Amino acid sequence: MSINQLTIDRPAEQMAPPATSTALRAIGPQTGPERMRLRDISVFYDGVPAVRQASLSIHQGEVLALIGPSGCGKTTLLRTLNRLTELTPNASHSGQITLDGDDIHELDDTRLRTRVSMVFQQPNPFPMSVFDNVAFALREQARRRPRRRELEPLVTHALQRAGLYEEVRDNLDRPALRLSGGQQQRLCIARAIATDPEILLMDEPCSALDPRSTAVIEQLILQLRSELAIVIVTHNLQQARRVADRVAFMYLGDLVELGTADQLFEAPREERTREYIAGAFG
Amino acid sequence: MAHAEPVTPPQLSAPPRRSGRRSSVRSWRRSDQLIWLLAWLAGTGLCVAVAAIVTFLAAKGISDLNPTLLVTRPSVSLDQSHSGGFLDPLIGTLTMAVIGTLIATPIAVLSAFWVVEYGRPRWLAGIVETSIEMVAGTPDIVFAIFGLALFQLGFFAPLSFRASGGGVYGRSFIAAGIMMSLLALPLTYTATRNGLRATPRQLREASVALGKTRIATIRRVLLPNVRSDIATGATLGMGRIIGSTAIVVLLLGATLQNNSQGNVPLLGFLRGTGSTLTSYIFENSPSGEGNAPQKAYAAAFVLLLLVLALNGLVARISRVGAAGAVNAGRLSL
Repeated sequence: MSINQLTIDRPAEQMAPPATSTALRAIGPQTGPERMRLRDISVFYDGVPAVRQASLSIHQGEVLALIGPSGCGKTTLLRTLNRLTELTPNASHSGQITLDGDDIHELDDTRLRTRVSMVFQQPNPFPMSVFDNVAFALREQARRRPRRRELEPLVTHALQRAGLYEEVRDNLDRPALRLSGGQQQRLCIARAIATDPEILLMDEPCSALDPRSTAVIEQLILQLRSELAIVIVTHNLQQARRVADRVAFMYLGDLVELGTADQLFEAPREERTREYIAGAFG
Repeated sequence: MAHAEPVTPPQLSAPPRRSGRRSSVRSWRRSDQLIWLLAWLAGTGLCVAVAAIVTFLAAKGISDLNPTLLVTRPSVSLDQSHSGGFLDPLIGTLTMAVIGTLIATPIAVLSAFWVVEYGRPRWLAGIVETSIEMVAGTPDIVFAIFGLALFQLGFFAPLSFRASGGGVYGRSFIAAGIMMSLLALPLTYTATRNGLRATPRQLREASVALGKTRIATIRRVLLPNVRSDIATGATLGMGRIIGSTAIVVLLLGATLQNNSQGNVPLLGFLRGTGSTLTSYIFENSPSGEGNAPQKAYAAAFVLLLLVLALNGLVARISRVGAAGAVNAGRLSL
């Protein structure tokens, strides 16, 4: 059985009932080739597992949402994809993650993070201008420090893709921290996509935003989907339903179920998924 | 069917009360009243003490301060009206502040970055912290006597003033400035370290997640973010330097005038001896050799103004930092 035929790769005893064909149909025509693949990924903090043997694949052109109650390991799993867990001294992992067939642990970490970039829960622009925030991602790439004139088209393009350009075009030198929360988060998205990553990781990107800003970001996610693969962690089930092509439900470190958004929300296979979606816990 | 009474919208004409009724001190327990009274007395007592010092010095200093004193070199005379001004000590004070700060700031900032951002091995980071705490607690006379022993060594002779016979005195602006930097170092270190510790983890992670190395993160993100902390620490350090007397007396010579060593313009001055306002005040006070108390009061007033100006600068830097992008980022994250 190939990875494309599976909605979730798990050891046989944990396998869900036969993979849903609806899931494959739903993602099939829209998604491109597999970009990232996780095989039996476990992550430990001080030897205690936070994620247990998760296996899944991430495809070009899809939005994959990771849902589950607090502490279920979804953010940890997300941070493993760009090796950000390595910043935590007591974290360790087992299993394999490949990006376009290459083991990510064999890749240079700084290079990996330009290919798999990330947007965080809290908007975290740097205390510098709007222009410099986006240029920051581009500047250190080259050995020679590029001039502003050379960077301008790239910065403008990134801001346009993030849907922020029209709002800041009159003064790109204004401090980024003067922007509203929603604008700051879109700036963080512009910064993250400036280097043309293949995968964009988003860790609850709307949890600190008002509903209007949330709607703008969600619209943006749907637009960006055609250019790259997006993995989004969210607490908000409705949001997962609105933006995701596929949804993975995690519980206490286990990847319980993975399917299309429609399948997972309408006809979950697992009892725990059904209970979580029904609001029995969380 | 009964008609419902028309609902009158609540009147919002009166502004909302800012706070409710508060309990009176009289209703408190005796012990609470006593502590409240002691706290109140301590706070106001401190203000009275500071006000007394400033008022006394201002009254004495303004009556004795003549603008020409600031631009006149001191000279030897038993008559106060002919003993000149304190231009040389003023230049000496500013020179000390600049040399000490220029040496202390980079060392303090680099140490703080190493301890907070790397700090491995832990035992070495612990030793660095302890060493800086010890430096902070060491009296300046101890630095002065150590510096004197150090700079009298022949190896350091080129840095300091030499007697005509070739004897090394170990006294110069350079020698005094190096030891002065030890006074400023802990203040700059602590301010930078605290600034770095207050910088949210998310800012570091945001940079690393964009594919930046740790050193690029330090240079491009963290250093700009703690600029106001570094400036605050350096300014406080300057205040500590210009207030020191012991190092000036032992390592700068506390001479009446600044004396250059050699003919090279700036280097000669830095290798020469001199004085600062603190040593000038000491020498001219009734207990000093000069015994010109009016000059001492005038110089003390100028020194006080300098310190107040530095304090004002610190407050301004902190305010600008808090209002501007730097700290706003720190607070909003």
